[in-house]
Amino acid sequence: MRETAAERWSRRVVLTLLTLFTVTPLYVMLSSAVKPLRDVQGAFTWLPTRPSFQAFVDMWSTVPLGRYLVNSLLVSSVAAVVSVAIAIFAAFAVSRYRFRGRQVFSVTVLSTQMFPGILFLLPLFLIYVNLGNATGIELYASRTGLVITYLTFSLPFSIWMLVGYFDSIPRGLDEAAQVDGAGPMRTLFQVILPTAIPGVVAVTVYAFMTAWGEVLFASVMTDENSRTLAVGLQGYATQYNVYWNQVMAASLVVSIPVVAGFLMLQRYFVAGLTAGAVK
Amino acid sequence: MSRRLLAMTAAALVLAASITACGDDSEGGSGGAKTLTYWASNQGSSLDFDKQTLQPELDKFEQQTGIKVNVEVVPWSDLLNRLLAAATSGKGPDVVNIGNTWSASLQATGAFIPFDDATIGAVGGKDRFVPAALAAAGAPGQPPTAVPLYSLAYALYYNKKMFADAGISAPPTTWEELVTTGKKLTKGDQWGLAVEGANISENSHHAFAFGQQWGGEWFDASGKPTFDTPQNVAAVKRYIDLMAVDKIVNPSNAEYAQNQSVSDFANGKAAMLLWQAAGNAFKTQGMAADAYGVAPVPFPATTPAGGKKVNSMVAGINIAVFKHTKDKDAALQFVKFMTSDAEQVQLNKVYGSLPSVTTVSGDAAFQAEEQKVLASVLATSAAPLPQVAEESKFETLVGTAMKELFADAASGKAVTEDAVKEKLGNAQQQMGS
Amino acid sequence: MVTTTTAPAPARPSTPGTGRTKKGRLPRSKLPYLLLLPAIALELLVHVVPMVVGVWMSVLELTQFQIRDWSAAPFVGLDNYKATLDVNGPVGKELLHSFWVTVMYTTLSVGLSWLFGLFAGVYLQRPFPGRSLLRTLFLTPYALPVYAAVITWTFIFQRDTGLLNELLTTTGLADDRPFWLIGGNSFWALLVVSVWRSWPFAFLCVMAGLQNVPSEMYEAAAIDGAGFWRRLKDVTLPMLRPVNQVLILVLFLWTFNDFNTPFVLFGGSAPEQADLISIHIYRSSFITWNFGQGSAMSVALLLFLLIVTAGYLLVTNRRREHA
Repeated sequence: MRETAAERWSRRVVLTLLTLFTVTPLYVMLSSAVKPLRDVQGAFTWLPTRPSFQAFVDMWSTVPLGRYLVNSLLVSSVAAVVSVAIAIFAAFAVSRYRFRGRQVFSVTVLSTQMFPGILFLLPLFLIYVNLGNATGIELYASRTGLVITYLTFSLPFSIWMLVGYFDSIPRGLDEAAQVDGAGPMRTLFQVILPTAIPGVVAVTVYAFMTAWGEVLFASVMTDENSRTLAVGLQGYATQYNVYWNQVMAASLVVSIPVVAGFLMLQRYFVAGLTAGAVK
Repeated sequence: MSRRLLAMTAAALVLAASITACGDDSEGGSGGAKTLTYWASNQGSSLDFDKQTLQPELDKFEQQTGIKVNVEVVPWSDLLNRLLAAATSGKGPDVVNIGNTWSASLQATGAFIPFDDATIGAVGGKDRFVPAALAAAGAPGQPPTAVPLYSLAYALYYNKKMFADAGISAPPTTWEELVTTGKKLTKGDQWGLAVEGANISENSHHAFAFGQQWGGEWFDASGKPTFDTPQNVAAVKRYIDLMAVDKIVNPSNAEYAQNQSVSDFANGKAAMLLWQAAGNAFKTQGMAADAYGVAPVPFPATTPAGGKKVNSMVAGINIAVFKHTKDKDAALQFVKFMTSDAEQVQLNKVYGSLPSVTTVSGDAAFQAEEQKVLASVLATSAAPLPQVAEESKFETLVGTAMKELFADAASGKAVTEDAVKEKLGNAQQQMGS
Repeated sequence: MVTTTTAPAPARPSTPGTGRTKKGRLPRSKLPYLLLLPAIALELLVHVVPMVVGVWMSVLELTQFQIRDWSAAPFVGLDNYKATLDVNGPVGKELLHSFWVTVMYTTLSVGLSWLFGLFAGVYLQRPFPGRSLLRTLFLTPYALPVYAAVITWTFIFQRDTGLLNELLTTTGLADDRPFWLIGGNSFWALLVVSVWRSWPFAFLCVMAGLQNVPSEMYEAAAIDGAGFWRRLKDVTLPMLRPVNQVLILVLFLWTFNDFNTPFVLFGGSAPEQADLISIHIYRSSFITWNFGQGSAMSVALLLFLLIVTAGYLLVTNRRREHA
């Protein structure tokens, strides 16, 4: 199948436009990060007239960026792993069993995505505080509480995607395993999961990003020790001044591990989302 | 098999939870009896700067009393939400800083210890505090819900060099003069005045001060909103007209919400600015203290009927004690410490604000031009924002209405009296009952 | 390579129903409930109970006077709903306006994000130098912290110092520097930022979906003389339908309730032309401490989204069965 000249040119035009659209803000970010604060606030220039990497140094002391980064990575990773683990069991049940309440479960899970988050905030906070008082497990202002919150945020869509993915794995494989005398758990762990690795990776990335970017709950449910990047970056806006260049520098630096992770996982993610979405 | 796997998974979950948990610092309060948790607001150039400013003082307090104070500096973007959560749940710090405009709103929650005569006596007595500042600590007729900690007021900042270049010898004292001066200073890329047109709180603060000068009130004695009275309309229009009619404000300022007006002033793009205690902000933006002058905010040349001699809200930070504190006495001791003469001098000096107690106003730390002007405004011509529970609603609605008026002005639409009245009337309707 | 062994075997993805014979299912027992238990427990704790509390709040008069002791909050029945949904009253009028803005915004944002994702995905099917670089580049906006990404856009949109107006004036497309963050243009500014942030996700899903389209199908279509558009219409889109069904619904729900983008872009109070419903609820509930009314708005919104979603799933599933 050959590409006609018209197709080639339309491809080039579309991809160029999309590249410009994507890159322009990234460029603004980068160029602002290497400008002195005064120049960032001045009229726009394509090239920094007085390039300076001072922002990359100062950003670590203006806010405890290192601690926020560690918190974000820790909370997002644990939330992603636990969320996926729980979603695997739930998706296995929904995909492989018919049981009373299956529909109710699916619909309820979906509807949780429709209530504005802002109204969850106070009730959830109260629940955490009361649970903490009753059990001694500190959920408020702790990373544990954040992990539980975020893993639940990503759970509905994770289950949804995984059900679709498991559905697309032929039942014949299950049966073969059963003939060999495998119980349900062995079927799940030895037959379905190995086949579903791309889907699992895709869902993990999704769950990670959900936790990584959440702002609203993090602003109320964290203290200085558990604060995450998503809210922590606002610390560059201080009472006196907004350190724009440091915000940009910090954003670029903290995004590096995530983009690197994308690169590493892209292959799996791409293959996984497909099957997950195919219901 | 299956049961074992489930058990293993459960164990893994618990493990994961405990890994994340054990990294958390244990909360103060429950350990020893004499530990307090304190949420400080961000007053300095960074959260870390504040922490390092406060820590030596807290150490001093511990030496004096044996009470340990764990401080957390909470960014302004989070503070109100977290106070709200703490008030709702009864779980949170013992002592907190609050923006003084929130006083009446927070007072209505009943979550804070009222500073009745006995309580305020325990921290040094009512007479210790600057009266205007104490008036901004709760609804009138009720014991204050907090005591003032840092005080601020609005002033007119002007660029000395631009004034000298234009042959202007003294800062304007009336709005009419400000307009004339502003017109002289508006040329090329330079504008007479910078405003923060899309900043809702700033807008509402000006609405209040202008309103007072034009004889307006935003709430009547029974607490009902009276936004669209002719006085308030005239006052708001006067402020918007600085851009719409007098054209001494760059129309771009209509979209400013992130302190760009401070940057514009510091970077020589505007000759004047109305701001509260801006000195430290200018310093971090590279403007030397001798490059700008400070004067009280102007008044109308002829006082409108019923107009008051008010040119600033009482701005500042109050300190309050949560009712849920386990050790009220220790908490009050800490409040007393923070409002003591020595700490007032030390902290307000660092933050460029003013002491909220009368005893140290003569201290050498507050004799710079800026502090003297602010202190005299605070002592003679500042009034607290309406101390009603709906204050935050007032700020949001009126501030937003003004933001929209600025947007109209900037895009060349005429801002008529009717337009102002309509916007304010609309805001008033949304106040509800 | 794992992917090679795991690609769902049949050329056409298995549709629901296939292989769902009774025989293929594991025996019915208590096991499914056990498997769902952790998910149910967490959903109850973090989503369902707070939602129920939210519904309860909506029939209370709950302001700062009552939040410390909710049992003291007076029961007002449907008063909050009446005030909220009375489109002639000041509250309802504003809410309705904000609702329409949100509907417009969501439709355009989801449509554009999906179109961008589709075309990027289609044009990146064919290998060429720099393809994997573009792939990573297109995904980068998804990885950036929201706050920083949106703040960067406010820089671009600044009237005096922004890049956009710099471009417009130097190229002579505009004589006067227009405003982007206030007034009518603010809607378009918001839309651009929203598309920028969400199209990478659409791209990812489409790209993934396209990998399942066997190249023979394109070749067969090409032999039939099908041009670009016919191939898109006859091969690509039908093959992508299952992906699109999920993708569009997810984008719809995200965009409709998006809070962070307008909040950071406009600093807490959006211009009326871009007053999205999430921001509106925040303003009429959180900032102004009127939690009862905010809850009533949220519940009304939940009902609306439930109906739309149910209708959407019904229609798309029926179409799929017929297809």
